[in-house]
Amino acid sequence: MLDFALWTSMALVVAALLLNVYRLAVGPDMPDRLLALDTMYVNSIALIVLMGLWLNTKTYFESALLIAMLGFISTVAVCKYLLRGDIIE
Amino acid sequence: MTLYVLLEGLIAFLLVAGGAFAFIGSLGMAHLQDFYMRLHGPTKATTLGIGCMLAASMLYFWVIDGQPHVQEMLITLFLFITAPVSAHLLAKTGLHLRLRRADRTRGDPPELRDEEVGEKPVPHPDLGHG
Amino acid sequence: MTFLRSWLPTPLLSSLLLVVWLLLVRSASPGQLLLGSFLAVVIPLATYRFRDSAPRISKPWLLLRFVLRVLVDILVANIEVAWLIVNPWRRLRPHFVEYPLMLENRFTITLLANTISLTPGTVSANLRLDGRTLLIHALDVDDEAALVRQIRERYERPLKEIYEC
Repeated sequence: MLDFALWTSMALVVAALLLNVYRLAVGPDMPDRLLALDTMYVNSIALIVLMGLWLNTKTYFESALLIAMLGFISTVAVCKYLLRGDIIE
Repeated sequence: MTLYVLLEGLIAFLLVAGGAFAFIGSLGMAHLQDFYMRLHGPTKATTLGIGCMLAASMLYFWVIDGQPHVQEMLITLFLFITAPVSAHLLAKTGLHLRLRRADRTRGDPPELRDEEVGEKPVPHPDLGHG
Repeated sequence: MTFLRSWLPTPLLSSLLLVVWLLLVRSASPGQLLLGSFLAVVIPLATYRFRDSAPRISKPWLLLRFVLRVLVDILVANIEVAWLIVNPWRRLRPHFVEYPLMLENRFTITLLANTISLTPGTVSANLRLDGRTLLIHALDVDDEAALVRQIRERYERPLKEIYEC
């Protein structure tokens, strides 16, 4: 049962990532692409967590945490850039 | 024995629910009409989806090891704190660039009008641009 | 006492940082305790100028109730939003709502804006520079006044009660 749930979940997350790539490629404006990238970060964290479950290891959680932080900070930085034309004021 | 079956069912349910929420969030982002509506999917559904998955992972390692694994909780907390902040900033950016909204959107914020702009980038006195 | 105040201006934040550090490294050995305490002292001092000071919590038990309510609302709101996204027959009625703020403190306004973004189909979009109105984008609204009333009764009043009385 757990295997089945794991595979279903992985398939759904991969489909979500594909949808994000679609929005990233099509997205008419810059913020759309930014939003797609931000969502891709979150979805890749999901994928890493699922991989950790699948391989039955806890090694990957640090990387998940790092990806979460980098994703947030890069989104904020690019938003700041689009808002002000400058990152550090 | 029954307890383990129950726990396994709960973990499986959380995993599938998490995947479904993550998928629905991205689906909303892919098929809604304008940027402001697209913003809703990822901020809420995807965040909750990954929260579900992390809860499943925490429960799984708890059952396997017999002690709770708290790093998942930290990741969940971090995501739940940062998601609204980045959503707010993205919405602000969209308003600043005056992205087109769907025609049936009601409400007329001055930020999106063409004349009198609500909030221009404040020219920075020290750096001399703007 | 003044020594303690100048080196440890925010004891709550510092202890939180120490706990998070220990959970992160998953050990409580003396070395990690020392490093964690060092970080817990240095980080608040280094970021002191960026932070708005948080007002005093006057009613902690109400805060607990507020957090629980928000968690339940997040669950419910997510199921609603998921249904709105999936259901192909439903016509969405997006709406920009201007929400007049009752709160005055910047910290509590931040809390309110984040709560709004996480709960029902709403994202806080812009805080006007004067700090008086919050622009909210809602995914599917029937009645604008009802939404404003709901946010006021459900989130803003409890926050005001918790922090400002």
